[in-house]
Amino acid sequence: MTAQILHLARRSVIRTLRQPANWITPLVFPLALMAVNTGGLDAATNLPGFPSDSYLAFFLAFPFVQGALFATVNAGVDLARDIQTGFINRLALTPMQSGALLVGHLGGVIAMGFLQAVWYLAVGLAIGVRLESGILGGVVIFVLAVLIVLAFGTFGALAALRSGSTEAVHSLFPVFFVFLFISSMNLPRNLIETEWFRVAASLNPVSYLIEAIRSLVIEGWNAQALALGFGISLALAVVGLTLSALSLRSRMART
Amino acid sequence: MKGAIEVRGLVREFKGGIKAVSGIDLDVPAGQIYGFLGPNGAGKSTTVHMLTTLLPPTAGSARVGGFDIVKEGPAVRRTIGAALQEAALDPLLTGREHLKLQLALHGVRRTERGGRTDELLERVGLRLAADRKIGGYSGGMKRRLDLALALAHRPRILFLDEPTTGLDPQSRSALWDEVVRLKRDEGVTVFLTTQYLEEADVLADRVGIIDHGRIVAEGTPASLKAEIGRPTVEAMPGEGTTQRELEGILARFGELQPSTSGIAVRLDGQGGLTEVVRALDAAQANVAALHLHSPTLDDVFLAKTGRSLEGSEEPAEPEA
Ligand SMILES: Nc1ncnc2c1ncn2[C@@H]1O[C@H](COP(=O)(O)OP(=O)(O)OP(=O)(O)O)[C@@H](O)[C@H]1O
Ligand SMILES: [Mg+2]
Repeated sequence: MTAQILHLARRSVIRTLRQPANWITPLVFPLALMAVNTGGLDAATNLPGFPSDSYLAFFLAFPFVQGALFATVNAGVDLARDIQTGFINRLALTPMQSGALLVGHLGGVIAMGFLQAVWYLAVGLAIGVRLESGILGGVVIFVLAVLIVLAFGTFGALAALRSGSTEAVHSLFPVFFVFLFISSMNLPRNLIETEWFRVAASLNPVSYLIEAIRSLVIEGWNAQALALGFGISLALAVVGLTLSALSLRSRMART
Repeated sequence: MKGAIEVRGLVREFKGGIKAVSGIDLDVPAGQIYGFLGPNGAGKSTTVHMLTTLLPPTAGSARVGGFDIVKEGPAVRRTIGAALQEAALDPLLTGREHLKLQLALHGVRRTERGGRTDELLERVGLRLAADRKIGGYSGGMKRRLDLALALAHRPRILFLDEPTTGLDPQSRSALWDEVVRLKRDEGVTVFLTTQYLEEADVLADRVGIIDHGRIVAEGTPASLKAEIGRPTVEAMPGEGTTQRELEGILARFGELQPSTSGIAVRLDGQGGLTEVVRALDAAQANVAALHLHSPTLDDVFLAKTGRSLEGSEEPAEPEA
């Protein structure tokens, strides 16, 4: 089974690499957004209570989460396409375990998520951001980034398996984006002035994912932020994995 | 010899009460080619999906390679190879990558994969295109790669769902040759669906004609044709003999048929070609040409369903 998973994950990564838009966008877009936002919001660091002197350092957590989103949707679309074209039947006719399909898919998502995380952190360090939590913090950022991309990835797989339609998975993009933007990505929650926005951002699990990574960059070791970040991403992953395993069973109804 | 495929009362109903397959029985002896002939929507693919374990039947049972398709799915899958109608390939992977993935998922050891891949590529004539992405393959190349993929693990039983639909005549006959070779040299049992009468006629040892989910006729192509239609004799008048004279003689052997080039009669059993020749000779009729036309599977289809399959005889546009 391990070998099957590796082969399927490998195919998923090869597919991504052969569609340049699918890997260039996540490498460039989040960092471009970071550049724009830093230009516009740098003054925010002067707000009383802003947790960092450098807006770049504050914002660096965002690309990890947005990158996870790109990896999720791209891989989800690929999975839906396999269902649409019948490629999944080809796989189903081999002795492959059906679970290997899901795990291999997620393996591909994680591999891309990890490569992206390496890139974001490298760029961050290159432009002068320093990790308050040190080298070990960098390692924890990678672990968390992988967990987040896994959590998102399970929902991408779920959408693909449920709908079997690439359009349906594509249409997740705007939904995910709303979650991403109505969060503490731009400002710490306690400094968000608009009441509904602050409430929404506090209810939004994505805020805690961003804040966990952010804490490692600008604060050092914040147990509460880390517990929330790991806890929420783990919970999402478990729920998403369970639901997608169930849909996989009905999608691959082979005897 | 034990049957390679044994089907009893197989039914598949889809949501909304659509009965795609409504109780079919069939037997394919090992080492034979079975042609499953039927028009669009007849239930061919649904049958193939059930027999290849991809779709659980609603009722009935079937054994493939001696294994129950419901209770022994994994064993069935180890025994069979299948090229499904969609021929789903990944446009971003090369032919070689497809084969390697397939072999790996079948558990073939890494050290053997390379050699086996080359062997399969050679066999379907894709050696030169092996390292090109599928996105650039023609329809015929895709079908050939699909066949190679189906053969990767040396299955004893092969399912081919409309393997030549949309192919040009050359690609079609190349595929036919390969199917015949598989049967002859390796004793592979082949279950092949088709909308083409000619394909069933040329390739199949036995033919099952399916329409609206039911098998309406079954047997060897020759026996099916013999059962339904009697042959037609067509004669062209020569020097000094009139159409009318020929008509008079031929009409004794059966019902006259429309003919563009002479006089045709469907023999009704009063006599065969020999008797016709004797009668022509006795009347001292001069005949320029004489043809015996055997009935086609379309005559069989027409007789069983009241419709003609002929409309679907023309190959569709070759796939892009
Ligand atoms: N998943 C499905 N859900 C509902 N109806 C289906 C499904 N698959 C097939 N059918 C219906 O079952 C019938 C038989 O379909 P099937 O695909 O088996 O025909 P076929 O003989 O393979 O036709 P073709 O030559 O067009 O491939 C059709 O009426 C089709 O619409
Ligand atoms: Mg079909």
